[in-house]
Amino acid sequence: MAETSEYNIGTQELPLMGKVNAIPEKAVEEYFTSGHRTCQGCESALIMRLMAKAAGPRSIILGSTGCMYVANTTYYSTPWVVPWMHTQLGSSGSAATGTAAALRALMRKGKMKEEPINVIAFCGDGGGIDMGVSSISAALMHAKYNLAIICYDNESYANTDIQISGASPWGANTTFTPPGKKFRIMHDCWKKNIAAMYAVGHTRCNYVATADASYPADLIDKVRKALAVKGPAFVHTLDPCPKGWDYDPFYSHKLGELAVETGLFPLWEMTDGALTYTGISARQVYGKRRRKPVREYLETQGRFHHFVEEDYEYFQSEVDKMWDDWMVPGVIPFKVNDPSKK
Amino acid sequence: MATATEQQQGAGVHLLTGSEVMAHVCRLADVDVITAYPIRPYDTVMQYVSKFIAEGDFDADYIPAESEHGQFEIVKHASACGARVFTGSSGVGWLYAMEPLAVTAGLRLPMVALVGCRALDDPGAFGTEHNDAMLVRDLGWMINFPDTAQEVVELGLLSYRVAEDPRVYLPCAIAMDGAFLTHSQATVRLPGQEEVNAFLPPYDRGDLLLHPDNPITIAPQANEDWLMEVRRQSSEAAKNAYTVLKEAHADFSKTFGVDTDPFLDEYMTEDADVVLCGMGTLSLPVKVAIREMRKEGKKVGMVRLKWFRPFPTEELRASLSRFKAVGVIDRDYSFGSPYHGGIVFNEVKAAMYGADKVPHMKGFVCGLGGREVLLEDVKLMADKVISMGQNDTADNDVDWIGVRD
Ligand SMILES: Cc1ncc(C[n+]2csc(CCOP(=O)(O)OP(=O)(O)O)c2C)c(N)n1
Ligand code: SF4
Ligand SMILES: [Mg+2]
Repeated sequence: MAETSEYNIGTQELPLMGKVNAIPEKAVEEYFTSGHRTCQGCESALIMRLMAKAAGPRSIILGSTGCMYVANTTYYSTPWVVPWMHTQLGSSGSAATGTAAALRALMRKGKMKEEPINVIAFCGDGGGIDMGVSSISAALMHAKYNLAIICYDNESYANTDIQISGASPWGANTTFTPPGKKFRIMHDCWKKNIAAMYAVGHTRCNYVATADASYPADLIDKVRKALAVKGPAFVHTLDPCPKGWDYDPFYSHKLGELAVETGLFPLWEMTDGALTYTGISARQVYGKRRRKPVREYLETQGRFHHFVEEDYEYFQSEVDKMWDDWMVPGVIPFKVNDPSKK
Repeated sequence: MATATEQQQGAGVHLLTGSEVMAHVCRLADVDVITAYPIRPYDTVMQYVSKFIAEGDFDADYIPAESEHGQFEIVKHASACGARVFTGSSGVGWLYAMEPLAVTAGLRLPMVALVGCRALDDPGAFGTEHNDAMLVRDLGWMINFPDTAQEVVELGLLSYRVAEDPRVYLPCAIAMDGAFLTHSQATVRLPGQEEVNAFLPPYDRGDLLLHPDNPITIAPQANEDWLMEVRRQSSEAAKNAYTVLKEAHADFSKTFGVDTDPFLDEYMTEDADVVLCGMGTLSLPVKVAIREMRKEGKKVGMVRLKWFRPFPTEELRASLSRFKAVGVIDRDYSFGSPYHGGIVFNEVKAAMYGADKVPHMKGFVCGLGGREVLLEDVKLMADKVISMGQNDTADNDVDWIGVRD
């Protein structure tokens, strides 16, 4: 086989955490430090910190426009200890591809010292679930480029003042979907199932995972696995956002937990096409733990305060479908028709 | 497909299209990362480039992208990591990449792109018009307009040399007339690898390199605190491009033993009363028409602009001041502009303002959408300019030539 993908410099070996108390021992250094200006209780900023910690010093990080650029990376007060570059809102996939391609070409041609360098491009939900889908999809096709795309999902275009995106939950009050007298529910779409969509559609992408900063060891390990795998990888994180979700910053960690405990945001990883549920989600799938009702999760957030009883019921019924009807619970919604039952 | 690699690739004379020559320039420049996306007429260059790579004639990471936006973003980021890059587009494809086009210049990232000039659909049209390439003229992009396949060697190599000069660090567009140059064969003398190596140093991003050994933050949020200073630096870089280009051109002439002017291609101007001024492959019918008009005793010449950015203001003032009248031919439009003239016309007028001797100037719009510019068209334009010179009166009307009423 004379494929153009023959040359691959390989990836770094990064130890896994396993448990949260291993972090101080195995990943004590910070590569995302002071200097950012995000809101108090911003879980997306915590994702940045854990992601940089997981990647370590021999990394290049590219960041799409959004809160994690505008509020995060200001001239003269950059929080990034590793090399960092802004990329356009819809081009995290292209940024990762271009960076990985340059490193690969220059190393192969002897113009740069050979060494595995982590390439991470992050994007928000606007940048990774709406606008950047085509660039990420293209990036996930190239087996020859070692790169990770991390989509930090705060469920709105937060930086531009909280507008709905394809990742916003059904019914959410955003500045583009305010409830009113005629229509209580202005956002009548269900959240896009993005990690599964990328996983299913890109068979040369050998690692896809979902994660949440309320489970930091799991998150660090997933980022490290995304970097260790050869070829492209994708990680989707769900990040409570006090400003956009309208709650006291005190509840950020709690909401991150509730998203998983209610089954709304299942944690899983797919390695070489094999799916593994992780953490609480695994116990839920194998019947060792019951899903909490979504009501507490919804009631804690101002963006759902216009909900009436039927809205809560509808929301719960949709979550139940994910677990009861989907072929792969919480992940893949296909049903396979049985021709014998026609 | 005309098999580029079957041709002998060494130095010497070959029968090549403008696109093929551009592919040879990429090979000779040892480009590292190339991205492609299909749109006519620029895309033939990628057929040649990809064949070169498949045959092992040169080594680059070659990526067919998912859109022009991705295509230009990929090479933008590769350039930030120190890779020499090449890409290109045409018409609406170039516009689809407008966001990366703007930020590439804003971030002072060298990039060389081929624009196979094409009308902006709708309505659908493949033919050449310069409006696509011209849309980046205010952003920091350098833009040149070769008129022959041979000139693609000069402007192609100069594009890399000037774009990657640390005093400049700006992207450069090679704007080729679609079909007339991208697809037309002519005999071309290709330089040898050693000469090219002597002329073109490796791309060195210096302390702006994005690499773990140099952990910088590129393009942090600057806002009103710093943006004006950043823009000022870009303006200085664009000014430097002029000086660096002159310097590089002198070096080019010496290395490759050719004798061309860096900015202007003057034809039969020594004794001319009037000249026609324009860009790109228009020069062919203009030159032929001039030769015929000369037989009728009409002293017409041509001044062709090779570079639109940097704009050779001083050279053009010195040149055009010598004539009684000047006709500026635009293969583009600028609707609603002063006198409804084309982009080049308004730019030339602005450059001439305040010169010691300002000729009468008249604008023409012709050849849009790839319509052929005929000898009669050129003669008609020349006659209008001649009578303007003879009557010593200004004529501010901009005439559309070769158009149905
Ligand atoms: C092409 C383009 N369109 C619109 C914008 C305006 N804009 C800046 S940040 C932003 C929000 C991005 O949302 P998301 O990706 O979810 O990141 P978040 O702000 O939520 O962190 C938008 C729409 C832009 N920068 N670029
Ligand atoms: S608006 Fe949300 S995502 Fe943005 S900085 Fe504040 S908490 Fe973080
Ligand atoms: Mg968001």
